[in-house]
Amino acid sequence: MTGPADGSEPLLSVRGVRKSFGDLQVLRDISFDVPAGTVTTVIGPSGSGKTTVLRTLNALDRADAGVIRVGDVTVDFAEPVDRAVLARLRAQSGMVFQAHNLFPHRTVLENVIEGPVIVQKRPEADAIAEAKELLAQVGLAEKADQYPYQLSGGQQQRVGIARALALRPQLMLFDEPTSALDPELVGDVLRVIKELAAQGWTMVIVTHEIRFAQQVADQVLFIEGGVVLESGPPAQVLGKPEQARTRQFLRRILDPI
Amino acid sequence: MDASTWELIWRNLWPMLVATVTQTIPLTLISFSIGLVLALFVALARLSSITPLSLLARGYISLIRGTPLLVQLFIVFYGLPQFGIVMDPFPAAVVAFSLNVGGYAAEVIRAAILSIPKGQWEAAQTIGMGYVLTLRRVILPQAARTAVPPLSNTLISLVKDTSLASTILVTELLRVAQLAAAPTFDFFALYGVAAVYYWVVCLILSFAQNRVEERLERYVAR
Repeated sequence: MTGPADGSEPLLSVRGVRKSFGDLQVLRDISFDVPAGTVTTVIGPSGSGKTTVLRTLNALDRADAGVIRVGDVTVDFAEPVDRAVLARLRAQSGMVFQAHNLFPHRTVLENVIEGPVIVQKRPEADAIAEAKELLAQVGLAEKADQYPYQLSGGQQQRVGIARALALRPQLMLFDEPTSALDPELVGDVLRVIKELAAQGWTMVIVTHEIRFAQQVADQVLFIEGGVVLESGPPAQVLGKPEQARTRQFLRRILDPI
Repeated sequence: MDASTWELIWRNLWPMLVATVTQTIPLTLISFSIGLVLALFVALARLSSITPLSLLARGYISLIRGTPLLVQLFIVFYGLPQFGIVMDPFPAAVVAFSLNVGGYAAEVIRAAILSIPKGQWEAAQTIGMGYVLTLRRVILPQAARTAVPPLSNTLISLVKDTSLASTILVTELLRVAQLAAAPTFDFFALYGVAAVYYWVVCLILSFAQNRVEERLERYVAR
């Protein structure tokens, strides 16, 4: 697998990313680095732009300006961007959605091999073997032939993770992977993500799970009003935040009543 | 009904069945197939962000839905020869019916495509699929489930609409009934037989529709 990696050169580098939807400026000026083999969690109030940050990284939302580099693919969004270049950028990362977005008309196994076989044209037998390993890794080996509707929310989300891993990306992106789940199912998904972190996957995770962010992250970004208000190791950003706004946010989310 | 009427019916059962199998059914299936392909492209054009393309599709749909099928049939068969486009009755009917289905089914397909959540497009994009691959592998197989019932309506309507082709000399089921009835004035009996034949064809299609729907339901929670 090409995924887990270590080294000092940042795998992902984001500089001056801006994004507006109509008149609404969602990202004002976003810059950060993610070193290879590390985990970055993105936190912030709803509407802060944290999901949009993630979605610009694989051009699901195309940035209006700024430079995004993943591995050896660099895209300057201030210039007109070729579709082939966007496709190359996208191929660098695997994405896990809040609402899993599995293909309902395909079985679990078919969901996982769709990218490798249909898009990457890998031999089907190899793709199936690898998919089965990945499903075992997320604890769903025996669900391979079921349809998504036959699974629980947490299981669906873990299939979503396997589907993204099957593309052998450099970078894994998670968009609030547990926000749509029943509380009792959250743990299974977080455990899988923690295992990936331990294996050395480079990941960017948008999350509301502060305790999880604390345990798994090497770097925490606090985003508010479309800018990175505060960033650093979790002990600093979550433990001794410098900004009053960060302290207020953490107080609200950790002690909501 | 007296004995001679029964005799008349009996004598025409076979020719009318032949007309159904060799004209009505092929006319329906060929026109529907071509119309469906046309409809897919019209629906995609209508959904396109390229304005002229979308406007063209809208105009086409509006024209087809806003004019009688009989008029469309007459334009193709009697009107186009003025411009040097001369067709035999059967191909002319295929052209007119295909264009008609193309307009109606386009709206069905468009609605079915729109019913698929945006997340499906995004998921396909993130695993590296382009527009065509996403449509083929992700969107259309799911849209089919929504589209089958209304498209079956279109198909069943078409079976009966093919009777209009009798007006442009296609010797389909109704035309054969007309020809048989004319010398005897036994319209009730022969048109009655024609009605039964149409009905049986539609029954078979309804049955096929149920089978297709069941197949497409297999991945949906019940």
